[in-house]
Amino acid sequence: MVSTFEPKSDYKVIGTRPIRHDGLDKVTGRAVYGADIKLPGLLWAVVVRSPHAHALVKSVDTSAAEAMDGVYAVMTGADIPKHDDKVVDLGEGATNLKWAADNIMADEKVVYQGHAVAAVAATDRYLAEVAADAIKVEYEVLPNATNVRDALAPDAPVILEDLVGDDLGEEVRNTNMASHFRHEFGDVEGGFAKADHVLEREYSMQMVHQGYIEPHNATAIWDQEDRIKIWTSTQGAFPVRTQTAGILQMPESRLKVTPLEIGGGFGGKIPIYLEPICAILSKKSGGRPVKGIMERKSVFEASGPAPGGVLTVKLGATNDGKLVAAETDMKLEAGGYPGAAVGAAAMCVFSCYDIPNTRIDGWDVVVNKPKSAAYRAPGSPQAAYAMESAVDELCEQAGFDKMQFRVDNAAKEGTRRGDGVIFPRIGMEEVLEATKATDHWKSDIGEPSKPGNKRGRGIASGYWFNVGLKSSVNLALNNDGTVELVEGSTDIGGTRASISMQAAEVLGIAAEDVRPTVVDTDTVGYTDVTGGSRTTYATGYAAWKAANSMVEELTKRAALLWDIDEDGVQFEDGVFSSKADSELQISFKDLAGKLNDTGGPVNTTGSVDLEAAGGAFGTHICDLEIDPDTGKTDVVRYTVIQDVGKAIHPSYVEGQLQGGAAQGIGWALNEEYFMNDAGSMTNSSYLDYRMPTSLDLPEIETEIVEVPNPIHPFGVRGVGEVPICPPIPAVANAIEDALGVRIYETPMNAGRIIAALEENGD
Amino acid sequence: MAKVFVPYNLRKLTDGQAEVVVPGETLGKLIENLESQYPGFEEFVLQDGRLKPGLAAVCGHAATRQGLLQKLDEDTEVHFVPAVSGG
Repeated sequence: MVSTFEPKSDYKVIGTRPIRHDGLDKVTGRAVYGADIKLPGLLWAVVVRSPHAHALVKSVDTSAAEAMDGVYAVMTGADIPKHDDKVVDLGEGATNLKWAADNIMADEKVVYQGHAVAAVAATDRYLAEVAADAIKVEYEVLPNATNVRDALAPDAPVILEDLVGDDLGEEVRNTNMASHFRHEFGDVEGGFAKADHVLEREYSMQMVHQGYIEPHNATAIWDQEDRIKIWTSTQGAFPVRTQTAGILQMPESRLKVTPLEIGGGFGGKIPIYLEPICAILSKKSGGRPVKGIMERKSVFEASGPAPGGVLTVKLGATNDGKLVAAETDMKLEAGGYPGAAVGAAAMCVFSCYDIPNTRIDGWDVVVNKPKSAAYRAPGSPQAAYAMESAVDELCEQAGFDKMQFRVDNAAKEGTRRGDGVIFPRIGMEEVLEATKATDHWKSDIGEPSKPGNKRGRGIASGYWFNVGLKSSVNLALNNDGTVELVEGSTDIGGTRASISMQAAEVLGIAAEDVRPTVVDTDTVGYTDVTGGSRTTYATGYAAWKAANSMVEELTKRAALLWDIDEDGVQFEDGVFSSKADSELQISFKDLAGKLNDTGGPVNTTGSVDLEAAGGAFGTHICDLEIDPDTGKTDVVRYTVIQDVGKAIHPSYVEGQLQGGAAQGIGWALNEEYFMNDAGSMTNSSYLDYRMPTSLDLPEIETEIVEVPNPIHPFGVRGVGEVPICPPIPAVANAIEDALGVRIYETPMNAGRIIAALEENGD
Repeated sequence: MAKVFVPYNLRKLTDGQAEVVVPGETLGKLIENLESQYPGFEEFVLQDGRLKPGLAAVCGHAATRQGLLQKLDEDTEVHFVPAVSGG
């Protein structure tokens, strides 16, 4: 049974803005990251990677490397345990173990440029690089297919010979199509027949990277007792344990994973890459610690970016501005192994709207690019680009007001999502109303900064469902009334604060009096990834449970002190008191000082396995200015409006909204994996992979909408993923507003803008 | 009696019906009954006696976290959808 909660407004800690607990460590450089790890006898790992996008590995000669002084271990794909072709849950979603192992290090075939084929461990990094260069790999290069159109062509090279595709329930062999599924409800053809206005368009997107600053890293020791210790930068220590144990065919209990501080992840640090390699090299070197750090080129070429793809959307609306039917076909790039986020894309694509008849086709397509991974609302930005661009164009075609159309068709409680699931209480309508009330929406767009430039405004909405999953928290009460909070959630976006604040609210103490520590997998109960916008929701819920258990235990202690029944004790605003005698009162802090006289330490735990957090919606307003002569685009004003349920720490909520918007704007305007005919990425550096910097963007304004989530004690919904969904279509719609031309492919960079203007005869 | 939204791929088992009404006090019992009425259903949703990895059963508004033990009310809607988490 799911508990429900009445919203409150009189919080003491929730909704305030305390300084983050880890702030001083971060700004003084004391925080420990993966690159900081130093252990006695430490060896460096360097990975040999394929220069080819698609090739057979004919031979790997490691003899020269092995003969070098200072080289302690060399490994190839043959050292990775062999796995059955079976799908298992490895903590980052369903994974075929055979392919997961092959992705760590190829044995017989490489399926993307950068695919690992061998590795060495040596006494220092430079020697390891020299030894890696001495490994000779013989390849037989095969034709490649790096996008869904090429991969689905009749003469496409088959990338995974043992892949059995699922085409609407029918098995398909010799294919790059891993799956094709469909969601359908209502009468789609009947709906379109009733429509007065029908629009169908195709959109193309390029693969993009999350762009986290800190590269992947791992240090491992495989000791003589067959236990493995790993230190790593990850979004989830427990999923790293599960994945590494699965790949190495070890019981999870023999692995201990310590998550270090993380310099960004955005979904990309859920999968593992170096952990099994460092562990195997450690074992082969007699149990020495082995550390590996990816260089930037490998991060781009061999970690997990977000898929590009081809999406079509068809919409039908009546003259009174009501959507009556919608259809989409979304083909996303999985990378070298199946697993594009097309399932999530399907759940999100029509979710901002109440449409009675819909059909969604999703395709997971294997291509010769790195295996894709989650990136902030995986699949939803792609879906939003197609859907929100089509909505805008339909409005232009039919003469509908773009805001009013969105209001008139907004999803609400009882609306069926595109996959048929009925929405509970959601806040899409409130977000649109809040958008209309912003200063930005009510203000004129302003004059261009120079003659000839054009300004335009776009709006777009986005959705993410926000997951729940498993979290654990331990609390220990100190005798000065402070509380140690132990959690397994890696802190990426300020969750030490947001989780501590939820415990503090229950305990009636200041947020600063709860001291959070993120710990290893031996020290706290199972906790899922920091991802899916779940951490403040689920780990916060676990903290709420643990704090309530602490109040219960302290209620017993107060009853003991006063020699009354515990039912006669009440707790409010950090003070225990007798219901019958107002003279009997003791504060939380004073009672903590009496632990030794009332039964000893008070330690409590909270653990949860929660359903989805309740979906959240956002709408963005983008004003931009374009120089038609050069195609240069400047975002001049940008506002994010989002329902977050309840903002626990508004500063970090605003930071998430701004960060998501900035990443989405980069995706819209600049970022792409630029592939050449050989299947190689040609821009795998931050010099050539152009992400926006603070100099490129204006201050991003935020408007927090709070429609409390009834199944969370404080109404939290989840924040971090929705804000990357609307920017791409908001930018596309603003470009159209400015120039009168619409661009159907990302990135909408200067070259594409000039080309679109030329095609339009401008 | 729960209302089951039949995944598109399995509608060949239900004569094209997109929704079927099937008894079952729990999700496990419901799947047993689905299998007896529409042979082949179970193979799609179960592996080693549990919900298949990568598949989520939405009972009402959200994917169940109790697997086959999930209790179902009389009018519960059940959907089988891809399991997704996020980034």
